[in-house]
Amino acid sequence: MDPDSLGYIFINACLINNFVLSMFLGICPFLGVSAKIETATRMGLAVIFVMLVSSMCAYGINALLIKLNVEFLRLICYIAVIASAVQLVEMFIKRFSPALFRALGIFLPLITTNCAILGLALFQTQKQYNFLQCLAYALGAGVGFTIALTIMAGLREQLDLADVPDAVKGAALTLIVAGILSLAFMGFAGLGG
Amino acid sequence: MANAHAPSNMDEFLKGLWDENPVFVMLLGMCPTLAVSNTVMNALSMGLAATFVLVMSCILVSLLRNFIPKQVRIATYIVIIATFVTVVEYVIPAVSLAVYNNLGAFIALIVVNCIILGRAEAFASKNGVAKSALDALGMGLGFTFALLCLGVVREALGFNTLFRDTPWQFTVFSPRFEPWAVMILPPGGFITLGAWLLFFNWIKKRTKRTTSDEVTAHGS
Amino acid sequence: MNTVAETPLVPARRPASSFQMILTLSVVSTLSGLLLVFVYQATLPRIEANRRAALEQAVFEVLPGAETRATFVAGPDGFTPAEADAGNAGDVVYAGYDADGALVGVAVGAAGQGYQDVIKVLFGYSPERQCIIGFKVLESKETPGLGDRIGKDPEFLANFDGLDAKLDAAGTALAHNIVLVKGGDKSKGEIDGITGATISSTAVAAMLNRQCQEMIPYIMSHVDGLQKGGA
Repeated sequence: MDPDSLGYIFINACLINNFVLSMFLGICPFLGVSAKIETATRMGLAVIFVMLVSSMCAYGINALLIKLNVEFLRLICYIAVIASAVQLVEMFIKRFSPALFRALGIFLPLITTNCAILGLALFQTQKQYNFLQCLAYALGAGVGFTIALTIMAGLREQLDLADVPDAVKGAALTLIVAGILSLAFMGFAGLGG
Repeated sequence: MANAHAPSNMDEFLKGLWDENPVFVMLLGMCPTLAVSNTVMNALSMGLAATFVLVMSCILVSLLRNFIPKQVRIATYIVIIATFVTVVEYVIPAVSLAVYNNLGAFIALIVVNCIILGRAEAFASKNGVAKSALDALGMGLGFTFALLCLGVVREALGFNTLFRDTPWQFTVFSPRFEPWAVMILPPGGFITLGAWLLFFNWIKKRTKRTTSDEVTAHGS
Repeated sequence: MNTVAETPLVPARRPASSFQMILTLSVVSTLSGLLLVFVYQATLPRIEANRRAALEQAVFEVLPGAETRATFVAGPDGFTPAEADAGNAGDVVYAGYDADGALVGVAVGAAGQGYQDVIKVLFGYSPERQCIIGFKVLESKETPGLGDRIGKDPEFLANFDGLDAKLDAAGTALAHNIVLVKGGDKSKGEIDGITGATISSTAVAAMLNRQCQEMIPYIMSHVDGLQKGGA
């Protein structure tokens, strides 16, 4: 498959190089919000949404910075603009769609400083994607994040019923399960070959 | 987490290394911990870079703590942190391009490392410069220590070496040892960190069986 | 996990005016901007020197015998010497010269989809011998122990010491494609792959073939522009 095609970029971000399980981005929400399937899917939706918004912002800022020849301000601008854009969008949703706000609700501010969001912006810059490719990349990354989070939540709901030694309970068990899940996702490598 | 007695400066420094270790106890900064701990050198350079940013940001936040209006404090902290991260991002390739290539985007991602914003907000914004610096140094070294714990295990099992690609490289097991490639791949990171957490939980459980509000409560 | 949310309240102070907030933010941003400009200026020469050294090392590695090098941009009317090492539009190639200033070969970059992610390589081509004389993996995320052997397996790397890439009679394409063949013969442009890393080896063969089909006819017809000191 052509590495620059939109379909490949989507599959690459979603499965082959899954943001959570193979690039270790967004581990904090992955461990924190993966206890229940319902919260996990909502969190996933919010992440997809924020990723699309911040991907567009990052594309715009990068073009502007290159034009002004001040690329060393990239990091500061990315984080500042992404954070404020998400805040604006949050206020907007709260005002015009209370139902959507209840669904995404508390997750929006929480994920603004999630490393997956900034990571997405940095990687799309590094890979020099054009606007459409950026959107495909953001969508793939968000969907991949949601898939990983939902599978993990499903596993953890079952694990709660299992009788495990005290020392293993909590983060240790979650991480080991995540390792096995990551091993499973390695099977997607080669999809684009 | 506040102790009953007034902690001395030494306590502020030591708590980050063990009792409140950012990675093993507070479960913060997991992303870089997992991503760049595949070799000892990566772990060490990442740990020191994060420590530098942490100490410098905390000193500055502590100095400015009486001037920053509370409504914009987080924004100010982020600008300060991002500045020092960008400094690191330019200093590392000037010193060694190989280290820079190995760490990749994770240098820039120090900005969103929760440890740094967490310490700036929870400690440096309320304490004096010396105390904040010691607290930051302790936390930074605690983070480096955690990264090294992972790095040593992953590199030894995954490559059968320590300090590879440096003048101090040496082989750990006999040359006939077949390296476990999975340890340097993503699953190895998760499993090694899980195993270390298990180990630390087990030690804690053995030493103080009675304390109830411990450690594992943070795991959710 | 997010510590920001759970911190206790900051001791109450009189509420700050908008002016104060804007002032604080602008002062902090200005200071950080100044610091960054200073650091950027101070480290730039070192970073560029390091990049150049790394590139030079890679070029000399794929062009055995080369001691100096020059960078050229492939334009529509032949090679022109590049202004700097970066920021040139079009394909960039690196010519390597031996101690007497004679052209040893041309180092050309290639990239393609591997097993895990994009693989980037640099290969050396000798116009005189009409074959590939060196190969180096610049960037890959292939599986350690399997796919990453394309960068270090001596038997695999031996493929690229004299891999034939002759032009056909018309001079517009290679006489035979560069392909992956089990037990292949490198004098016919065949690469012998690595067992257990078929996808990575195929990817290398495919990207070399693509880049050679495109660049080698061009290099051969404009080879005079690559001589030391220009045409």
